[in-house]
Amino acid sequence: MKYPKNGRFGEFGGKYIPETLVPAIEELEENYLKFKDDKTFKKELDYYLKVYAGRPTPLYYAKNLSEKLGGAKIYLKREDLLHGGAHKINNTLGQALLAKKMKKKRIIAETGAGQHGVATAMACAALGMKAEVYMGYKDTIRQKLNVFRMDMLGCKVYPVYSGSKTLKDAINEAIRDWITNVETTYYLLGSAVGPHPYPVMVRDFQSVIGNEIKSQMKKINRTPDSLIACVGGGSNAIGTFYPLIDSNAEMIGVEAAGKGLKTKLHSATLSAGSKGVLHGMMTYLLQDKEGQITETHSISAGLDYPGVGPEHSYYKDTKRIKYHSATDSEVIDAFLMLTRTEGIIPALESAHAIAEAIKVARKGKKSESIVVTLSGRGDKDVEEVQNYLKRNVKD
Amino acid sequence: MSKIKEKFAELEAKNQKALISYIMVGFPNEKATITAVRGLVKGGADIIELGFPFSDPIADGPVIQNASTISLKKGTKISKFFSIVKKIRKETDIPLVLMTYTNILYHKGYSKFISEAKKAGIDGFILPDMSIEESKEYLKAAKSNADTIFLISPNTSNTRIQKIAKVSTGFLYLVAVYGTTGVKTGIKNYTLKAIKNVKKQTKGKTPVCIGFGISTPKDVKKYIKAGADAVIVGSAYLKLIEKTPQNKLESKITTFTKSLKKQTLL
Ligand SMILES: Cc1ncc(COP(=O)(O)O)c(C=O)c1O
Repeated sequence: MKYPKNGRFGEFGGKYIPETLVPAIEELEENYLKFKDDKTFKKELDYYLKVYAGRPTPLYYAKNLSEKLGGAKIYLKREDLLHGGAHKINNTLGQALLAKKMKKKRIIAETGAGQHGVATAMACAALGMKAEVYMGYKDTIRQKLNVFRMDMLGCKVYPVYSGSKTLKDAINEAIRDWITNVETTYYLLGSAVGPHPYPVMVRDFQSVIGNEIKSQMKKINRTPDSLIACVGGGSNAIGTFYPLIDSNAEMIGVEAAGKGLKTKLHSATLSAGSKGVLHGMMTYLLQDKEGQITETHSISAGLDYPGVGPEHSYYKDTKRIKYHSATDSEVIDAFLMLTRTEGIIPALESAHAIAEAIKVARKGKKSESIVVTLSGRGDKDVEEVQNYLKRNVKD
Repeated sequence: MSKIKEKFAELEAKNQKALISYIMVGFPNEKATITAVRGLVKGGADIIELGFPFSDPIADGPVIQNASTISLKKGTKISKFFSIVKKIRKETDIPLVLMTYTNILYHKGYSKFISEAKKAGIDGFILPDMSIEESKEYLKAAKSNADTIFLISPNTSNTRIQKIAKVSTGFLYLVAVYGTTGVKTGIKNYTLKAIKNVKKQTKGKTPVCIGFGISTPKDVKKYIKAGADAVIVGSAYLKLIEKTPQNKLESKITTFTKSLKKQTLL
């Protein structure tokens, strides 16, 4: 859907927001529409994406991994090589530049794994602005390296102690801050979620991933048979899929199955959720019988979220995109396999996509090609993996 | 005529403005809720707002957030809420407004939720994350069944105030400050201006009630003087409930309510 009318992707999306935010959201949409096709804005953004973030990112044929699996060819879209170590910078540079054009002095953001917080701090530093970031207390512990990074980047980090102390609560707190400081503050949301126009705006900024995949595959005379990406809020996935949505490629979004979909300890919103309203949007959610949002679990902080971008909900219902999931244990296996065969340490979030790619490649023909978006690098996760391995002896 | 409308008409005849008192149901338990309501009625509250807890209350400050968490932990379910409302209804016919978040109604189905709530004795709804753009189904379900009370903020444009006033029944909820519930910032000039402006825009057709951060008789006096048709007091009640033992709760609530209500007599 090119630009969603009334902010709706089918029945999903919309803007369920406190009245105080309405003028801010209207101002944002107005400015986004004004700048998104503005030549100077695009040129400036392209410049930063290229020489600051390191675009285009390579499309790497993972020969060792593919041959080991003995099936389809796996190509990795190397978003992990971007400045900051994840795809998040595509969005933060876009939005920070927009905020600057809107003459906003104060930037706030939420973060789960810390990657969006770091990417926000970096984009703001580069553009001469200051950021303040909300992060669930639980996440500040398991991703403490990123807390230090934000600190050093001159960004204030506020741990959030309410609710499940993860990403969802960080978003709640950022929204409360925004309501309080609405006149001066730009809320730099980190995924394709929230009230309209965030989902479409973040998708557009992340679409650079899919657009590059398209031309890079063309260059090697191939068309992708499958596209695979992990889904937390869904920004790297929608950025991967959307530019190719009209192609014949099979598309698979991979959610976090945590300790298994039969347990309550997962974050597989599309696979196991139901429709509801949270954080300004109508979308699939993990909730109980009463409509209370449930606590989620994933080994990867970046996927630990009970909601998902509304456009994904739409593509789930229209069946254009399949949504699968990978358990913590499958993710660790995939993490280790990619690390050992290719010398690439993926983020635990991205390892969900790798886990799915391993399954698809095994079943695929050698002539087929799978493109997997490697949304981030795994340096931040090494300790988490080490702890996991200590608790669960693996060979 | 809805019970809320009747109440405002009755007050107007008596030359009074309204006191709307908010408490969170199930905080810290059912008994406290029933007792607090008795105190509110005795103290002269005109309308009671009952909060139903939601896991992610984005428009609420720390006090109501904490009350929501505790209420949920104590097992406040929708069926329980309705049974408490029924118990309250046996004791009083004071207008009751339910304040919660959109997902609670959406998830059960707007029609189903509203008709059950109505049956239990709820007269109107306040959903702080329900914007008029998304309200079609909700309005349809509530039509002639219950009042739909929408919020207005000091930064809401005049065109939008008109649109909101069109779909708001019972009263309009003017948010006093940029911020969440319960945060005291002192009385701002922009708030006093907003009261006057909203009154002007709505030409007195729907009562304009002001809430968020109002906690003392002095605050009440100021806002009433500025032209508000009612004041809404919430977090201050929750703080009182939190620190008062059950055996003193009714009288403490009564006394506090009286002190607020006094300021609404013109
Ligand atoms: C490396 C990485 N991949 C993926 C995600 C999930 O976000 P999204 O689904 O918006 O791409 C995160 C979020 O923190 C991340 O850090």
